[in-house]
Amino acid sequence: MAINTDKNSYTIFFAIAMVVVVGSLLAFTASTLRPNIDENKRMEKQQNILYAMGINANEGSGDINFISTDKVAEAFTNNVLEQIVLEVKDGNVLKEFSRDEFMNSKAQGAGKEPYLIDVKKEQTKAKNGESRFLPLFKGSQNGKTVYVAAVRGKGLWDAIWGYIALDESMVVQGAFFDHAGETPGLGANIKQRYFMDDFKGEKLLTEEGVFKGIKVAKGNNDPVNNDKDDYEVDALAGATITGDGVSAMIKNDLKLYLPYFKNLKNNNN
Amino acid sequence: MGLLSKKDSKLITDPLADNNPITIQVLGICSALAITAELKASLVMGIAVLFVLGIGNVVISLMRNIIPSKIRIIVQLIVVAALVIIVDQVLKAFAYDLSKTLSVFIGLIITNCIIMGRFEAFALANKPWQSFLDGIGNALGYAVILIIVGFFRELLGSGTLFGVPVLGDPIEKTGVYAFGYENNGFMLMPPMALIIVGLIIWVQRSRNKDLIED
Repeated sequence: MAINTDKNSYTIFFAIAMVVVVGSLLAFTASTLRPNIDENKRMEKQQNILYAMGINANEGSGDINFISTDKVAEAFTNNVLEQIVLEVKDGNVLKEFSRDEFMNSKAQGAGKEPYLIDVKKEQTKAKNGESRFLPLFKGSQNGKTVYVAAVRGKGLWDAIWGYIALDESMVVQGAFFDHAGETPGLGANIKQRYFMDDFKGEKLLTEEGVFKGIKVAKGNNDPVNNDKDDYEVDALAGATITGDGVSAMIKNDLKLYLPYFKNLKNNNN
Repeated sequence: MGLLSKKDSKLITDPLADNNPITIQVLGICSALAITAELKASLVMGIAVLFVLGIGNVVISLMRNIIPSKIRIIVQLIVVAALVIIVDQVLKAFAYDLSKTLSVFIGLIITNCIIMGRFEAFALANKPWQSFLDGIGNALGYAVILIIVGFFRELLGSGTLFGVPVLGDPIEKTGVYAFGYENNGFMLMPPMALIIVGLIIWVQRSRNKDLIED
């Protein structure tokens, strides 16, 4: 092959050809695989919410195991009794939607299930001074009603998010955390069961009903987390910033649900 | 080995020891420090690089006569990025759990200097089959070091291997912890990876004096 690869015209031709070929290849792959990927993501959200409620396929004390993908749709229908959407602005609940109301309201396009609300987009809306939607999932755990709230924040490298199951007085009944790109062995351990399990039983509110949050604390001398009244869980070694991110996300996002829970309590009394 | 000529088999065995990409060429150090706190992550990264480097080397080698030398680095970057993204998308569609495990590594693979280094130093000047062997050899050499470092960091830092406790329970004080042993949290920090890599380099050079530069 005797092509003069040093000529400028050839270089430009090659660059254009390469961009076209690679670009169409990537576009083709992305568009053909999109339905499959979306479906996987949808099932993952259901699995995550169910996990926070305590519905999972965990065995012994090892890794986290979600309920399998072929059973997740059924489990979600059976266990999530109600999907609620709260429209909030500046700490006030403007409106409360039921699932049907939300799906008919065209607030986010007709027929959008509340569990598919994009928390990231809602956070941006709140930052711009608009009202935002908060999804909340009502279920039952050992005969007790639990409410699963969605949280999202920043870790060291990328986004972290999770679902927290609370009872009526905002005591944590279960937690699930995930991350986009934390360091394996360090920050990525927020997805480990021992870390999530530590949150069970922790309180978010003081006796007087003031929101305090849960701190991921270093050296709190309580590694197995026997003390459930200290508003602290034991931090992960070598993952200070990810841990701080978890504390911040719990503090900022769960606080938004506070008016709803206060209301709930007042109605019950 | 009947399948490979002597020269070809050297392409695989050399990077495992005397021309190791990490300890001799000092490439790919960034990922060696970042993800070796766990043995499992080391293994996954090793396999991912094996795959990308093997195929990438072949692709670059096939294109070696038509790539304009002025923009060859960008072309190499595009090839590896496209390859990694396509694999990532396919995994997301058909093996979602696996893609979740790998998600952290995607960026690390694209920026891994070993990949660009082998494209530049070998695949651009050699035939596809030799390039493939060179890619496999270097990826294996990389994986071996990662696994050694991951083994020591996870064992001494967390007392586990592949997430399974092997030294007893540090909280209940069983196994070696009953004798006052403690996990060394410092092993989980990236600097310890550098120190372990340094120790490997030391051992290797003290056994083979030819490797010592003046």
